[in-house]
Amino acid sequence: MRLPPGQYLERGFPVLSAGPTPRISTDTWQFTITTETGDTAARWNWQQLMALPQVDVATDIHCVTKWSKLNTHWRGVSLDTLLDGVQTNAGYVMAHSYGGYTTNLPLPDIRDGKAWVVYEYEGEPLRPEHGGPIRMLVPHLYFWKSAKWVNGLTLMLHDKHGFWEDLGYHDYGDPWREQRYQGD
Amino acid sequence: MARAAVPGRLIWRVATVDATKDESATARTLVLDVPGWPGHLAGQHVDVKLTAEDGYSVERSYSIASAPDGTRLELTVQRIGDGEVSPYLTEDLRHGDQLELRGPIGGWFVWDPSSPAPVLLVAGGSGVVPLMAMIRADKDKVPVRLIYSVRSPADVLYGPELSERARVSPLTLTYLYTRAAPAGMPVGRINADILAAAGWPPDNKPAVFVCGPTGFVEAAANLLVAAGHNPAAVKTERFGPTS
Repeated sequence: MRLPPGQYLERGFPVLSAGPTPRISTDTWQFTITTETGDTAARWNWQQLMALPQVDVATDIHCVTKWSKLNTHWRGVSLDTLLDGVQTNAGYVMAHSYGGYTTNLPLPDIRDGKAWVVYEYEGEPLRPEHGGPIRMLVPHLYFWKSAKWVNGLTLMLHDKHGFWEDLGYHDYGDPWREQRYQGD
Repeated sequence: MARAAVPGRLIWRVATVDATKDESATARTLVLDVPGWPGHLAGQHVDVKLTAEDGYSVERSYSIASAPDGTRLELTVQRIGDGEVSPYLTEDLRHGDQLELRGPIGGWFVWDPSSPAPVLLVAGGSGVVPLMAMIRADKDKVPVRLIYSVRSPADVLYGPELSERARVSPLTLTYLYTRAAPAGMPVGRINADILAAAGWPPDNKPAVFVCGPTGFVEAAANLLVAAGHNPAAVKTERFGPTS
């Protein structure tokens, strides 16, 4: 049983974004981890990110708008690699994106091999409308948690709503428990 | 701190079909009565759930076409040839039939009719549906410009109503035909010249809503940003797959 409740199988790759697609050059892209005290814990530019261990990920993905795609292939860097050595007491994290998008996640949900930043989809550079040059991949949660155009994480002691969460979408977003909207 | 009340928890409600209206050969409006409907904003959508006798159920999202009006709700559904849900909704549902829905959903792609800024609506195909809810909600006669890209005249949804509203309110209509146009009109796709001529200049600070298939929305939103519109003021809703 690979389809969570209320989902249907999609063979294309739909795009869900709240606004125009930002165009981000890898020449200027940066990724910053900010601690709960506001300090910069780590920062990478594109070349520095590419120098880190790269991994291939095969996974199913589930969008809150009801489509699921099975066995998608991605390449990127594990968030375990990026969070390695970061000292924190935080239980939550806010992902930030170029264009202003945010989404909140519990910190344990992006650790231990559960989350990545990815820049290749099916062997090709990730296209801008799908979040290129690089996006989060947190496939065990609904796909809005996999922030497109990602440029950083802010560690938080207390959970806070991101963009869609503030508009009524669920704080956690487990597709298997059909946590689409606040209160589900 | 626990949240005292979960705002707007979305429960499944039973909707009864009050009437159906064919909008084109492949699109039908369902006029629903939804007891307990909490109201909605123009631009929002609902989740519809159909359950078979053996318990198998499917869910889909559909845009609301009507302005807020008590417990009455209109959804316009475009039939997808090999769809699992839309053929049933557009061909089989009859007056008195019931279905489950919950909503309203989506708090971003919404228009506040009390905002005085002029409005630019850019529709691709059935992407006109949530934009129609905005046009219908424009009680204060805020100036609205609709640019509506559609395959052929026969595919236009709400044509007579749009013409009538354009006659009596500050609504301007610009149709773009991508496959077949009426005599004397070109066939073509959205481009910078059309947006400049039929839209609002960025200096007017319009509220901009773009809805349609992914490729159409990508093209239109990119053109709007290139023309100088503030990306944060361009709200988009995309549907359908891309490669």
